[in-house]
Amino acid sequence: MQAFLQVLASGLLMGLLYALIAVGLSLIFGLMDVVNFAHGDFLMAAMYATFGLWLLTSIDPLLLVPAVTALMFVFGATVYAGIVRFAMRAKGNTGMVQIFATFGLATLMQGAAQFFFTPDYRSITESWMGDKTFDIGGVFLPIPQLFAGFLSLVVFGGLYLLMSRTDFGKALEATREDQGAVALVGIDRNRVFALGWGLGAALVGIAGAALAAFYYIHPQVGGPFALTAYVVVALGGFGSVFGALVAGTIVGLVEALTALVLPPALKSIGIYSLYLAIVFVRPRGLFGKL
Amino acid sequence: MAVVTPAPVTNAAHVTHRRRQLAAGGVVLVAVALLPLFVTDIFLLNVLVLTLLYAAVSQSWNILGGYCGQISLGHALYFGIGAYCASLLYVNFEITPWLGMLSGGALSALLALALGYPCFRLKGHYFVIATIVIAEIGLLLALNLELTGAALGIQWPIGDDSWLTLQFARSKLPYVYLALALLAVTWLVTWVIEESRWGYWWRAVKDNPEAAQSLGVDIFRSKMAAAAVSAFLTAIGGAFYAAFVAYIDPDSVMAFRFSLLFALPAVLGGIGTLWGPALGAAILIPLTEVTRSYAGGSGSGLDLVLYGVLIIVVALLRPDGIVSFLHRPTRNRAG
Repeated sequence: MQAFLQVLASGLLMGLLYALIAVGLSLIFGLMDVVNFAHGDFLMAAMYATFGLWLLTSIDPLLLVPAVTALMFVFGATVYAGIVRFAMRAKGNTGMVQIFATFGLATLMQGAAQFFFTPDYRSITESWMGDKTFDIGGVFLPIPQLFAGFLSLVVFGGLYLLMSRTDFGKALEATREDQGAVALVGIDRNRVFALGWGLGAALVGIAGAALAAFYYIHPQVGGPFALTAYVVVALGGFGSVFGALVAGTIVGLVEALTALVLPPALKSIGIYSLYLAIVFVRPRGLFGKL
Repeated sequence: MAVVTPAPVTNAAHVTHRRRQLAAGGVVLVAVALLPLFVTDIFLLNVLVLTLLYAAVSQSWNILGGYCGQISLGHALYFGIGAYCASLLYVNFEITPWLGMLSGGALSALLALALGYPCFRLKGHYFVIATIVIAEIGLLLALNLELTGAALGIQWPIGDDSWLTLQFARSKLPYVYLALALLAVTWLVTWVIEESRWGYWWRAVKDNPEAAQSLGVDIFRSKMAAAAVSAFLTAIGGAFYAAFVAYIDPDSVMAFRFSLLFALPAVLGGIGTLWGPALGAAILIPLTEVTRSYAGGSGSGLDLVLYGVLIIVVALLRPDGIVSFLHRPTRNRAG
């Protein structure tokens, strides 16, 4: 029983982190119908940014979260202004142009990570959270994972307020509803898109900084997380913030439970089968409009 | 909107155009076949084989992705099945790779039909992600099953050079001609399909499914047929690749990046066009291989940086593919 609770708790915490990784992808998709094939590499970049800053300054990774988030915001907005903006102008087969423009970016980022940090596996070896664990009735929760899960909930709360209470949130919502109409009321579409990409990247940046505290870091680390994020976004419905939270949690739990039944190396099969089972029954995901 | 024409067009100008295409194909075939007379460098011949192979596989992807408009980013699955089928049959039972190729192709086509049944109800990104996820399940299984040699892969035994076993240790030339034949076959299949009833149906399904359906096109069967042909030819490419490199492991034939790399030449050259995949591969693969050999040797990642920039620039500069430079705007492709 205790072992089962342990699995559930680990799955839940990982699920909250999956939700945080995926929500930026979902936000960008909802805003402008673009799937970012470099999303996993945004995560990787945030992890290396945390690692690099920690190496340079020896500041605890916990305290580096705001700095990494800010860096990733700028990075995301720059990617929009430098690449995505042009990809969206393509007249014919826009979908493929976006896929390959962001796939090219992913390749470029992996190369750059390898160039600056070598392909070696890195990890942050000294941090306040370190190997501490929290014990609830025999269920052990590692503090870094607990922090990541908690951070995810806080960020989702903040995101809800941002989307519902601020002008920026309203501009995002309006732009995704009707891109032409917002131009008429004086909202600069390009600016909203750039801020949307900044926000999306900042969100995955927070996830990356939290993940870097307890996960190994290497140039290809983003791939599996990106795949999980696509599944989360599709399950939760493209563009839905709330859907990402629910789907992320479900995915985390299913993955943990799969590892009980199948060898750990096959644990992702559980997530992938879940995705297929759900879209075969509901072709628009759990929360997408049918 | 495309005009759905149920029967082949037979006006004279059109027939001439088709014949010219075929003649051009013949000229390219002869030109490439003569190339090894002037090129003897092993590295360059290797690049030539890979270019022809990618052109052929991309041409196969193009049948489903380009003509029928069903964007699959999971074709590495079919490539891998072809490679594993040929390897397992040859290594365990000494069955000639020629038969391995055909059985890999048949297996892939059947699987494509079985998967297409539930998947073709999905639209847009839901479909694309389903193809990625299914291929990823295949990769995980190949990485962990004993049957496929798990992560260690399968090594082909070293034997005498023979057209029966498709093993040639002394010369790359047979592989050049095999790859060229593979490309010729996929090109010819595409050429025939373009003007067949299926070809018209597929383009109609891609351009405007609602209109196609109202005119009596069976959308579901169209997609299934395109998927089967596309998977069959992709698996043949995988089987050839296995014979060519004589060693395969899951990461070298089934990884997600291959699904993207198979689609890339078609997108770059011109998606849903007869010449697009070959043109795209002719530019992309030599550039990739040269970058890899000059900048990648040190493992510094510089080759990936250059390759990434190349993909971005091409995607942004030429969204309709390079073929659009050559396209004469005088006639409508759909008739």
